[in-house]
Amino acid sequence: MNAFSYHFGFEFKTGLRNSNLLLLNYLFPLAFYLFMGAVMTRINPGFGDSMVPAMSIFAILTATILGLPSPLVEDREAGVFRSFKINAVPAVSILLIPALTTIFHGLIAATLIALTAPLLFGGVAPASWPALFGVLLVTAFACGGIGCLIGVVSTNSRATILWSQLIFLPSMLLGGLMVPVSVLPASVRWISALLPSTQAMQAIAGLAYRQPTVIPPGAALAALAGGALLSFGLATYLFNWDSRNASRRGHPALALLAWIPYALTLLLI
Amino acid sequence: MTDPAVIVQDFRKRYGEVVAADGINFEVQPGEIFGLLGPNGAGKTTTLECLEGIRFPDSGTLRVMGIDPRRDGRRLRDALGVQLQASGLPGDMLVEEAMRFFCAYHGVDPRPDLIERLGLAEKRRSPYRKLSTGQQRRLALALAVVHRPKVVLLDEPTAGLDVATRAELHALASELRGQGAAILLATHDMAEAEKLADRVAILLRGAIVAQGTPRQLTAAGAGWTRVSIRTESEQDLTTVPLPGVERTSRGEGYSVFFSRSPGETVTALLREVERRGDTLIDLRVERPSLEERFLQLTGQPEAA
Repeated sequence: MNAFSYHFGFEFKTGLRNSNLLLLNYLFPLAFYLFMGAVMTRINPGFGDSMVPAMSIFAILTATILGLPSPLVEDREAGVFRSFKINAVPAVSILLIPALTTIFHGLIAATLIALTAPLLFGGVAPASWPALFGVLLVTAFACGGIGCLIGVVSTNSRATILWSQLIFLPSMLLGGLMVPVSVLPASVRWISALLPSTQAMQAIAGLAYRQPTVIPPGAALAALAGGALLSFGLATYLFNWDSRNASRRGHPALALLAWIPYALTLLLI
Repeated sequence: MTDPAVIVQDFRKRYGEVVAADGINFEVQPGEIFGLLGPNGAGKTTTLECLEGIRFPDSGTLRVMGIDPRRDGRRLRDALGVQLQASGLPGDMLVEEAMRFFCAYHGVDPRPDLIERLGLAEKRRSPYRKLSTGQQRRLALALAVVHRPKVVLLDEPTAGLDVATRAELHALASELRGQGAAILLATHDMAEAEKLADRVAILLRGAIVAQGTPRQLTAAGAGWTRVSIRTESEQDLTTVPLPGVERTSRGEGYSVFFSRSPGETVTALLREVERRGDTLIDLRVERPSLEERFLQLTGQPEAA
């Protein structure tokens, strides 16, 4: 078994046997989905229209934005990266493999939700399942990249929670998961467009449900793909082996460059 | 003569205003254990971390098996095994997983024999976070040597270990030396350095203040030998003028003499005991230890 596959297997198992990660990868998103399916569809029957993409994206967000950054920061603080470095584990593996396994967990939970929501709660199924899963896949990479960036630029565990919530909470409230972007005031739409969840909801609405969208669905998908590439690239560039290492390769503010593709879609609104 | 396994030439490193290394020079040969001794902040860990490629020197030349740690990290990892003073593993990683994980990255077969030898066989299925400090250090050592490196860096390897494990670690270090590995040992434990190291360097404020074999270092010190004597009557013999004696002390019934001519001192002492009609209970002649030499050089108070 080569090093990459062994490392991947280890990180995947960690996502299940670490209680915090299990909670964020599966227990919390699935419990929230069941609650929303049971309660929200009765309070607001219109929720069923967007339930499949909204709850699927929610599962991806909890795994990648809430679950991925903290272990990266904790491991750096605990000297795990130092051990890895002196034992020939490359930086790209340290970042990429936990990101890939988290994306994998997020997609498993998202798939469970997408497949069961129409059966259990009358959620509206997409016109194109491949388009739905295609967009979810790109979304998972976009959010995984942001999770990595947060883990790389956070100076400590408390800062990690702050940065994660700075992305997660607006995504929940303004990202089209609870309220359609089309009903948001114009000024709020501009903020909303900077969130990967908004772009994902727009791409799914246009490509998987064949519905009209505020942002062209192709552009939304391209923004997600561009954001994923930029955020992974920047995370690798800004990666620091050691929290005691004062010299950084770049200023943490460079992480904001990952939002350029999302910002460009503002021109299309 | 073979090429040195480790070369450190005019190595300098600062952290802001703090000078961590100020022109350090030493070499370690294959099949040699080299002890790096010094108080906290002397520059030991900085030297090791720059050899490991974790930090970069401000100036100077560092080589490990001819490899520049700054430029060729991949080759360095194959040549070097490191037990860090401050490091860790993921808390959920099992002991046997750690072994397989690092073996996979080094491209070698797992070595359960090392796990067994370092007393971790029963902990094979335990996660790292549930190991004691000593067990974590033993695992770190096993992982450091799992790929049979040519150079091994050990930073305070026996801190927190029990006596049996310490002895096992010393045996393992000696075995690695016998197999031709160069071992650079940073330690506070003078007895360990004296027992294990072929040569030692004493670091103080980022510079080497003494270097040589433990015997050379102790011989280059004050040059006295401690002669301690206790008689049945426990009389104070320190008032007796004896040849070669520089200073004396008393404690726990012993009269203690620091002598430059221990042979003459002992002969004269025994004559004096006989003249007084007393009976000898204990007589000890001790060469100054590496610890005493270390304390002299670092300016710390010596024990009487």
